[in-house]
Amino acid sequence: MLDRMPALISRGRMLTCECLLGPSDHPFHVSIREGAIVDMTPAPVLMRSWRFAYRATSAAWAEYWKPMPRPGWHDLLALTKRKEATLEGDLHPFMTHLQYFKDLLALPRHHGGAA
Amino acid sequence: MNGAVEPIVGRYVHVGIGGENCRIYFEENGAGIPLVCLHTAGSDGRQWRHLLSDEGLARHFRIIAFDMPWHGKSNPPESWDGAEYRLTTVRYTETILAFCRALKLEKPVVMGCSIGGRIVLNLAIEHAREFRALIGLEAADFQAPWYDTDWLNRPDVHGGEVCAALVSGLIAPQSPEAARAETLWCYKQGGPGVFKGDLYFYRVDGDLRGRVEGIDTTACPLYLLTGEYDFSCTPEDTVRTAAAIKGAHVTIMEQLGHFPMSENPAQFRRYIAPVLDQIRNHSKLDKQGVTS
Repeated sequence: MLDRMPALISRGRMLTCECLLGPSDHPFHVSIREGAIVDMTPAPVLMRSWRFAYRATSAAWAEYWKPMPRPGWHDLLALTKRKEATLEGDLHPFMTHLQYFKDLLALPRHHGGAA
Repeated sequence: MNGAVEPIVGRYVHVGIGGENCRIYFEENGAGIPLVCLHTAGSDGRQWRHLLSDEGLARHFRIIAFDMPWHGKSNPPESWDGAEYRLTTVRYTETILAFCRALKLEKPVVMGCSIGGRIVLNLAIEHAREFRALIGLEAADFQAPWYDTDWLNRPDVHGGEVCAALVSGLIAPQSPEAARAETLWCYKQGGPGVFKGDLYFYRVDGDLRGRVEGIDTTACPLYLLTGEYDFSCTPEDTVRTAAAIKGAHVTIMEQLGHFPMSENPAQFRRYIAPVLDQIRNHSKLDKQGVTS
């Protein structure tokens, strides 16, 4: 999905990092190089490190990805506030590219909700 | 459209705040009951441009929106030495009162959003008799923090980008894309540390829990309206606040978030026009001596 969003990749052109994203119980190690995802591997991977992790419950992702999510389920930080998601680690890459990550993780919303 | 000139007029007024002259930029349109509009933290009066241009409302209200010092086209005071900006309850209240006096507004209505909604509650507590009515949008006596404001002003994070990205989630998903982008643009243009400094009032200095119970709505009607998608000042926060204030009117607005007047002006109008009508009718009755 990201491949079809050159503007989003361009916004992440200064971003290269390893992060852990996805459902709380089975997240993915995601490798981002200059805004593009170059690898996505299901965790756990032996001794693989990450800078930050954003993990949410399956129910949270299901609602977040609806075309019109319910109030309080429509934003990454709304989910952390309601304790349906956790944000951990070194948050610097996440905060410097906050809108990038919000838009990246909302992509399934515009593609039928498929992960 | 080419050549269309909007009816909004912008001017500067010199206002004494904290013993010092401040050059305040304001925009206005309309005639009638003065309606002073307060912008959200880290933004400016442009948020109100749709309300300011509303012909129907401008027939009965003199709609005014001003930029707080440090915001929009109101520069920091001349004495500012670069020290960290921090808005306090006292300073914010004094600024609003001084602005209204400088323009010689007689019993204005004040409508504020977010921090503007919070300070409206303080106006209701301390200065109710000076106002015709008070309207708090996205207002509560307190709300739980959901991020660390230190991220808003540090050299290794782009302040404009992070401020806009943080608040972007407070806009309802139904809001038109252009209005969403315009709402965020003001956040991208804010001065360094200004949003954070406004939130000092919101998070630290302006906690009104335990004080709103003293609001007398017979002295000044109070209306609280909150968007259902606002997860910063949630509908529950507003309802809890209103429950402690006898006579407060509370409305939860559908398909709106934290910036109703700018994120979806047409949807907001559906809610605010009846409130302004009610205030206008109450004023008429007041003049006729029908109400107390």
